[in-house]
Amino acid sequence: MFRSGWRIFFVLVITMFMAGSVIAADPIKIGALLSVSGPAAFLGEPERNTAQMLVNEINKAGGIKGRQLELIVIDTQGDATKAVQGVNKLIKDDKVVAIIGPSTTGDSMAVIPIVEKAEIPLISCAAGIKITDPVKKWIFKTAQNDVLAVARIFEYLKKQKINKISILTVSDGFGSSGREQLVLQSKEAGFQIISDETYGPKDTDMTAQLTKIRGGEAQAIICWGTNPGPAIVARNVKQLGIKLPLFMSHGVSSKKFIELAGDAAEGIILPSGRVIVANQISNKELQKKKLLSYINNYSKLYNVEGDHFGGHAWDAMMLIKGAIERGGGNPAAIRDQLEKTKKFAGIGGTFSYSPQDHAGLTKDAFVLVQVKNQAWTLVK
Amino acid sequence: MDNSSQLAQYILSGLSNGAIYALIGFGFAIIHNATGIINFAQGEFVMLGGMLTIFFLVFLQLPIVPAIALAITLATVVGIAFERLAIRPLKNAKPLSLIIITIGASIFLRGAAMLIWGKDTHALPAFSGNDPLYIAGATILPQHLWIFGISILIIILNKAFFNFTITGKAMRACAYNSYAASLVGIDVKIMVLLSFVISSAIGSMAGIIIAPLTMTSYDVGIMLGLKGFIAVIIGGMSSGLGTVMGGLLLGLLESLGAGYISASYKDAIAFIILLLILFVRPEGLFKKKETQRV
Repeated sequence: MFRSGWRIFFVLVITMFMAGSVIAADPIKIGALLSVSGPAAFLGEPERNTAQMLVNEINKAGGIKGRQLELIVIDTQGDATKAVQGVNKLIKDDKVVAIIGPSTTGDSMAVIPIVEKAEIPLISCAAGIKITDPVKKWIFKTAQNDVLAVARIFEYLKKQKINKISILTVSDGFGSSGREQLVLQSKEAGFQIISDETYGPKDTDMTAQLTKIRGGEAQAIICWGTNPGPAIVARNVKQLGIKLPLFMSHGVSSKKFIELAGDAAEGIILPSGRVIVANQISNKELQKKKLLSYINNYSKLYNVEGDHFGGHAWDAMMLIKGAIERGGGNPAAIRDQLEKTKKFAGIGGTFSYSPQDHAGLTKDAFVLVQVKNQAWTLVK
Repeated sequence: MDNSSQLAQYILSGLSNGAIYALIGFGFAIIHNATGIINFAQGEFVMLGGMLTIFFLVFLQLPIVPAIALAITLATVVGIAFERLAIRPLKNAKPLSLIIITIGASIFLRGAAMLIWGKDTHALPAFSGNDPLYIAGATILPQHLWIFGISILIIILNKAFFNFTITGKAMRACAYNSYAASLVGIDVKIMVLLSFVISSAIGSMAGIIIAPLTMTSYDVGIMLGLKGFIAVIIGGMSSGLGTVMGGLLLGLLESLGAGYISASYKDAIAFIILLLILFVRPEGLFKKKETQRV
């Protein structure tokens, strides 16, 4: 019994060695720092799934220039300390040539000094403007800035001749960064903020804040948060019989929001990447083919629709792939090629990086979508 | 929108949240009165009620009534298992150790729920529609009426059970002095088990009736459990009117504070009340000082 066990073990070891020698040289190692669990899991989970899916697809197609890719995923749990430990492991132990993630702005800011010092290119999947402003040599990002999202909403409000707004933001990183932009840009646009309310990320009832807003003279309400808060806000707005148009952030641009808010979601308008309205955009748009294939492949593999957030990882992964194809597999070459990326049509938008711009997107990365009959419709 | 209808809305919202807090608070009170411990896993039973109902409703496609009945039954079974496996084997442990065990159990239940059902938030359909009702310029949903109705029903049943049935009286006897109760032939172990049964059933019921409003996810129990705990502290650990008043008071103060001061302080208000009560009147607002409770 014992002996045959050993025999099997040796056979296995030998086969593994042989298999290894068949797969050409050593693989290209890419690190992924994503918040797969914890409070930001709604970002990290689709991002991890998407990255893994792409790596499998690329490897099946023969890898990049004959070299296989290896993805090393580290779960940051949305915790900056774990992100720092993870990035050290990726750089020192795994010796990765590039990193995608982290998923949140907090984690990203925490790892940036280490990555800069180690001189490894990193493409963050978080939205915070601080990540690439000021520009840092080794840091890029794919998620659209809040700045662009707010700009898109304000552009629409101006067209509707609305200039008095009330804002309701969640008291976490995402909400306060959104609130900052809302306040700043409404000054520039000459909008008047009638009431400026907040709610806690775990709150289950926002009727008090909304009653206050109902009492004021605002012409529109803008709510900035991620699920489930905004869904409760939508339901409370309906409950209180508020007839003002309600706007949300790109933080809820997934099917889940409509599912949670139910009937109360009708008529809500929000800025979003094109991924949720992929089949409604014009065939002329560069992104369309990639969007449709991403959605199909993702839902085939994971039985849920690919969303906006997974798209950030898609863009990061494909940008790195492009850079390796053009320049080769070492960190410095990847960085230089990333910076030269022009008009790359991805999921989040069309990216053009330059030495002055490591975010790569314009406000055209967002479209406005409205909930109609429990589905997203493109606002033209 | 004039001020009076704004005030009416704050009061109505406050009362409906308060009713939920009171209901969750009951679960704390019943176990505390039978065993002397504070069951910090109470919030997890609230979560279990909501999540199990959604599980039966969505995944097993059951109609709403059997789904609710099954969810309460299963949550109660979890409550029994919790008492048998984690509380009873440590019969002679100090209350403090038992309280720490309940915290452990709450982390365990939350983790298990996360692994089984994932991290998503789910919404339960409302029992009778989503069209708001207008009362004195304020609006509430039909679901709020369900919450009020079921809370009142549970309060009455509780009162009747503890005051007019032999079992209920026996449970109260254990609360006063479990040694003396065992001398007169009351099986204290059964009474402790029964207190876990009742409180997990009430907790899961609370979780079910609020799920259409607040939605539910694996971690919804933490905050709701704490709010229920504050309600029962204000009420002086009573399983009667004290906790009801405590819950309603907490709900009202939260909603008025959010409306007239700032919503950012909503949770702060709740915890300041908790601290004040613990410092100034640890026996609760509505209770005369009891000398035998040392």
